[in-house]
Amino acid sequence: MALSEQHAASAQGTISTQALPAKREIIHRHSLVVRLTHWINLLCLTLLLMSGLQIFNVHPQLYWGHYGYPGVPTVFSISGRYDPELARPVGTTRIGDYSFETTGVLGVTYGSEGQPLSGAFPEWATLGADLALARDWHFLMAWMFVINGTIYLLFGLFSGHFRRDLAPGSDQLRARHIASDIWNHLRLRRPRGEAAKRYNVLQKLTYLAVIFVLLPAILASGLTMSPAVTSVFPFLFDLFGGRQSARTIHFIAANLLLLFVLVHVVEVLLSGAFNLMRSMITGRYVIKPERTS
Amino acid sequence: MSRIITRRRLLTTGAAVAGTTLLAGCDRLAEALPTRPLLDFGQMLTYRAHRLLLAGQPLVREYAPEDISPDFPTNGTAMPSGLGYFDLITSNFANWRLQVDGLVQNKLSLSLDEIQQLPARTQITQHSCDEGWTAIGKWTGVPLPHLLQMAELQPEARFIVFHCLDEMTAGDFYYESIDLFDAFHPQTILAYGMNDAAIPIRHGAPLRLRVERQVGYKNAKFVTRVEAVDRLNPFGLGKGGYWPDRGYQWYAGL
Repeated sequence: MALSEQHAASAQGTISTQALPAKREIIHRHSLVVRLTHWINLLCLTLLLMSGLQIFNVHPQLYWGHYGYPGVPTVFSISGRYDPELARPVGTTRIGDYSFETTGVLGVTYGSEGQPLSGAFPEWATLGADLALARDWHFLMAWMFVINGTIYLLFGLFSGHFRRDLAPGSDQLRARHIASDIWNHLRLRRPRGEAAKRYNVLQKLTYLAVIFVLLPAILASGLTMSPAVTSVFPFLFDLFGGRQSARTIHFIAANLLLLFVLVHVVEVLLSGAFNLMRSMITGRYVIKPERTS
Repeated sequence: MSRIITRRRLLTTGAAVAGTTLLAGCDRLAEALPTRPLLDFGQMLTYRAHRLLLAGQPLVREYAPEDISPDFPTNGTAMPSGLGYFDLITSNFANWRLQVDGLVQNKLSLSLDEIQQLPARTQITQHSCDEGWTAIGKWTGVPLPHLLQMAELQPEARFIVFHCLDEMTAGDFYYESIDLFDAFHPQTILAYGMNDAAIPIRHGAPLRLRVERQVGYKNAKFVTRVEAVDRLNPFGLGKGGYWPDRGYQWYAGL
């Protein structure tokens, strides 16, 4: 903090202990349960995504409704073929009626020796050497995800974590506050001091959406693909509009989750990666002093 | 359409060459670590949880005739090889018989006509392949519980094995097995009719299993013998089915 700023602050009589230079405050940000379930969840979701991509690769077409098989119109598909005119393999991704070439990324990828490989998603992104193993991994990790998630939800409910940390404060829900928070995000400006002691409102709303909408939707749409589970809960068909729609929604939701993770990681990098990583490992989080400008 | 066993098909000039053994780093790691017991534990968890969840033996959703899908993909064997099956087709299965034996009080040997005289059940259900596609078809057949009651299971019987006519590789005939919980489910039938006609060859003529709460490969086609047993290890490679012997889940309710 510049000396002139300090003078200005003291002249206005607003100087506080928090505004003193080099004064850092260390808080206990994350409880042990939150930290443990966070990292277990990361492991589960990573392996779920990778094995899920391998399962998708076996039938890289998505449909809408109750049935779907080769020949039925797709809403999304990835394919690879050899194009005799271009004299090379071509990967094609199709969304609805719109298709574009994705050679090298989707449909046709290249192996370690540069050889072209067929397969919707590239080999490095998948887990499970065949469909049987991919399914084994997917379902094992699904169990771990459900057990871990249940522990987190029970803890969140009874420890006050949801109420205290995730529910937006009434002040945060004012339109003016939300607008300024969006503006701060766009300027890549991060809260300091008192404001940094709680999640900002965009963060809270995003976490709530992921925890209470996106992840349950992934789980429920996944269960809708099970002929055994749907015999007990047939309403799942009505909820998602059929087994194939559920499969499509499962895929879209997984992509949205991946998008969330990417934004989450970028935000961590922008907001003090070391401090945030430490807080999610040891719980200790350093509050930077407030700007007095 | 046969099951994809090889991980990747190598795209060469025009032709796809099967059998590349390239594995991603994660798969190498998974193979190097003793992950199999962990994966088996996951399977056991699913099996136990589903048995609890399905304890009330609910029926799977049955669809209306207008919901039947325009086509129904052929998976696995489209036409069993060998002269034996050829003879069966040419005689319109007149010489075909279903054997019901193993741990039963009354061994049965039934012709197709005799099976069609038994009480029948018709159901329009969704067939879900573990590969991800699904189709809806109308199946008519004899409820397996009825056949098993006719044969009277011995108390030691725990599983029902379905022996099939299609030879997958030399000496390896397709087979599948289910436990009594699934065998006595009201929608578990041995179907001879599909979409109001005789079941087509590509869908398992003259008789195929419908076990509606499990995925496609459990629904054995070309069934010729139903055997009640107390354990599964004497058959095939010991895992209770042609695909389970090749790494696929024996209990495949999802």
